[in-house]
Amino acid sequence: MSDPARGGHWIRPTPTGLYVEPGDFYIDPGRPVGRAVISHGHSDHARSGHDHVLATRETLAIMAGRHGQDCAGAMQAVAYGESLVIGGVTLRLAPAGHILGSAQIVLEHAGQRIVVSGDYKRRPDPTCPPFEAVPCDVFITEATFGLPVFRHPPDRDEIAKLLATAALFPERAMLVGVYALGKCQRVIALLRQAGYDKPIFLHGQLGAMCDVYRRCGVELGELRPVIGMIKEGLAGAIVLAPPGAAAERWARRLPEPLVAQASGWMRVKQRAKQSGVELPLVISDHADWDELLQTIDEIEAPEIWVTHGREEALVHAAKARGRKARALALVGYDEEGS
Amino acid sequence: MKAFAALLDRLVYTPGRDAKLRLLADYFARNPDPDRGYALAALTGTLDLAQAKPALVRDLVEARVDAELFRWSYDFVGDLAETVSLIWPKRPEGEVPTLSEVVESLQRAGRRDVPGLIEGWLDRLDVDQRWALIKLVTGGLRVGVSARLARTALATWSGKPLAEIEEIWHGVTPPFTGLFAWLAGRGERPAADATALFRPLMLAHPIEDAELNELDARAYRAEWKWDGIRVQLVAGGAARRLYSRSGDDVSATFPEIVEAMDFDAVLDGELLVGRVTDQGWQPAPFNDLQQRLNRKTGVRGLMESHPAFVRLYDILLDGGEDLRAQPFDERRRRLVAWHGAHARERFDISPLIEFADWGRLRELRAEAREASIEGLMLKRGDSPYLAGRVRGPWFKWKRAPLTVDAVLMYAQRGHGKRSSFYSDFTFGVWRRDLGGAAELVPVGKAYFGFTDAELAALDRWVRSHTVERYGPVRAVEHALVLEIACDSVHASPRHKSGVAMRFPRVHRIRWDKPAAEADDLETVTRMVVAAS
Repeated sequence: MSDPARGGHWIRPTPTGLYVEPGDFYIDPGRPVGRAVISHGHSDHARSGHDHVLATRETLAIMAGRHGQDCAGAMQAVAYGESLVIGGVTLRLAPAGHILGSAQIVLEHAGQRIVVSGDYKRRPDPTCPPFEAVPCDVFITEATFGLPVFRHPPDRDEIAKLLATAALFPERAMLVGVYALGKCQRVIALLRQAGYDKPIFLHGQLGAMCDVYRRCGVELGELRPVIGMIKEGLAGAIVLAPPGAAAERWARRLPEPLVAQASGWMRVKQRAKQSGVELPLVISDHADWDELLQTIDEIEAPEIWVTHGREEALVHAAKARGRKARALALVGYDEEGS
Repeated sequence: MKAFAALLDRLVYTPGRDAKLRLLADYFARNPDPDRGYALAALTGTLDLAQAKPALVRDLVEARVDAELFRWSYDFVGDLAETVSLIWPKRPEGEVPTLSEVVESLQRAGRRDVPGLIEGWLDRLDVDQRWALIKLVTGGLRVGVSARLARTALATWSGKPLAEIEEIWHGVTPPFTGLFAWLAGRGERPAADATALFRPLMLAHPIEDAELNELDARAYRAEWKWDGIRVQLVAGGAARRLYSRSGDDVSATFPEIVEAMDFDAVLDGELLVGRVTDQGWQPAPFNDLQQRLNRKTGVRGLMESHPAFVRLYDILLDGGEDLRAQPFDERRRRLVAWHGAHARERFDISPLIEFADWGRLRELRAEAREASIEGLMLKRGDSPYLAGRVRGPWFKWKRAPLTVDAVLMYAQRGHGKRSSFYSDFTFGVWRRDLGGAAELVPVGKAYFGFTDAELAALDRWVRSHTVERYGPVRAVEHALVLEIACDSVHASPRHKSGVAMRFPRVHRIRWDKPAAEADDLETVTRMVVAAS
């Protein structure tokens, strides 16, 4: 696969994931391996069953919270900025700004530095430290929103839209579809930032990850389970639930729910309408098109590899900026939590 | 543009009528003149602007964006206005123009200035605002708001009766400053344009067979309920207007009618298409009329193949004389006299039906087979012409519905109160090939007719018989028969089945009936009303 004439011949895409040969480890492998380095806790990146897992303390807490304490043979926590050497490869984790604990993986070997971005975004997020731009020779980036139509609006505008709609329909419950890890806590934190101090109601599947965030020191204010509430008590309330819960019988305990969804995909009207959403909220944990380009410009890596998403447009744009660029076509990363 | 764009964006996603009304009322309450007036004009299709072609917008974006990236993006998004609003490379800068600034500049601009204006605004607007701008300048907002709904929102917001707003509607023009001043309680009620004034129609209540015997047959007159669109013809002086029953001006769609309106009167009637025979006009089924609806102008070919006429029901004004307070019998006499004096080939009179008692009328109703008849109208001989739906003087007695046993194929979840219920049902009937093999073809969609308890039962059934999901839609096992009632069946080349139903609703759930025994397409096709 790797071409010695190109940069980074010691790291290569495999069906299992990115493989770092001199260190004998995989990054975000799709099936159980001996040694895994995990960028962040979303389940398509952080699977259970590896012999040895290296990640940030927060990512390990998330993995344990989702899959149980015994989800890996051994867990090794590494703080942002701390370096260690694995088989001749120097490894360091840098904040990626995607969700709590998310990290870029900075690798140095044979006089060359390669950065694997994992999933990332550039705008401020109250639940995790901001993305750090690390200069390197090869930058391996995601491209979930790698089309110039994806340009996320300011978060505060979307939150304002939610609050204005709640005020206009005080007899209805605002049912906001959110991914359980990351989006849920970010939406809560953004609501708190906007001065919303009422209790926020949660679907039963969302409580556990909120607890992990709180244990890691993220303030979320008063959260209450929906279960046990009388219908009238939820009029005008903001209720968070996994996407799709609106279609479940569970939603009948809510007064005339107004279905919202927080996702970068909500940017495209047809997509939002097809999913039956009445209030789309364009809130994403991934870099939008402008952020992807901004990052490529800041990092000044001569070579760009694109892992997953809409690779062709980003490769095209990187080439137009005079970089070498190619798509790795890694499989297995879905678009959950986008 | 800010508030207007936000309103359009919310309306696009809001399915419920009540929720739309609230969004509109909130917009009218919060926004100043003349912005809200221009917004009202845009929503009601009364805004007069130099229109831009979509090609112009495309040229503007192609000058700014990498062609390859634009192509990929357009493929992904699928809609030009939306792709352009999303991909426009500049982050908004400078002050956001107001809706009035945009509208008034376009009204003043010469044709050659339009591209430059649009480009300049696109640089100052954000994504939703760009989308609103492009929709505004290319015509057709398509946000699911009718002119009638917009006027209803004015009533909701101001507390003024809708009938009063409709009466003056055609006398006011954008940006409607006088109208808003009156609605806000700060000004006089604008004078209606007396020459072309719409008078709210008198409407009938539905009545069931069993209720008839409570009425005195001698007090009522009967006529056929023709299956076209109810219209009001207003002519006098230089003004000639053809209004739909909701008060929308449909003159441009039926120029041949307007041309024939060289009189001074206000008439109530049914607009139909048909052909002239020795016995006069023979109306065609509603489906034929539909070819001509929702067009902004008369299309020459269609005007020849589907000529329109009006079957008159009533006369409201004759010359300057207001007849609305007169009893029906007297107005009828005046209508016949008027028609005698103003015979026009585009107008005839809906005949009264002689009957001695309800039994005789029941027989006549059962015998009526023509497709252009929807049922019977019953009108008290002493009834004055009153605006709106007043219970008592007028009744509509619809023909017994057709019923079809169909198989449930897909279910889609609803919105609001119904958002966790599968409440929109697509059903099909069997089509057999020569070898006898049968497949289901969809023939319609129904989302009412059932009780809450039945809906809950249907929802349970859908969830436990799902075979596939597509977003909010579920395909189900072909195992449940629904008895569907409809007013009529029409041939429709646009549907795979070749037929379309009018007002389909779930009449009964046939839990007992095996799907294999549901109706064939052939049976349904036989119900198609023959075109006259």
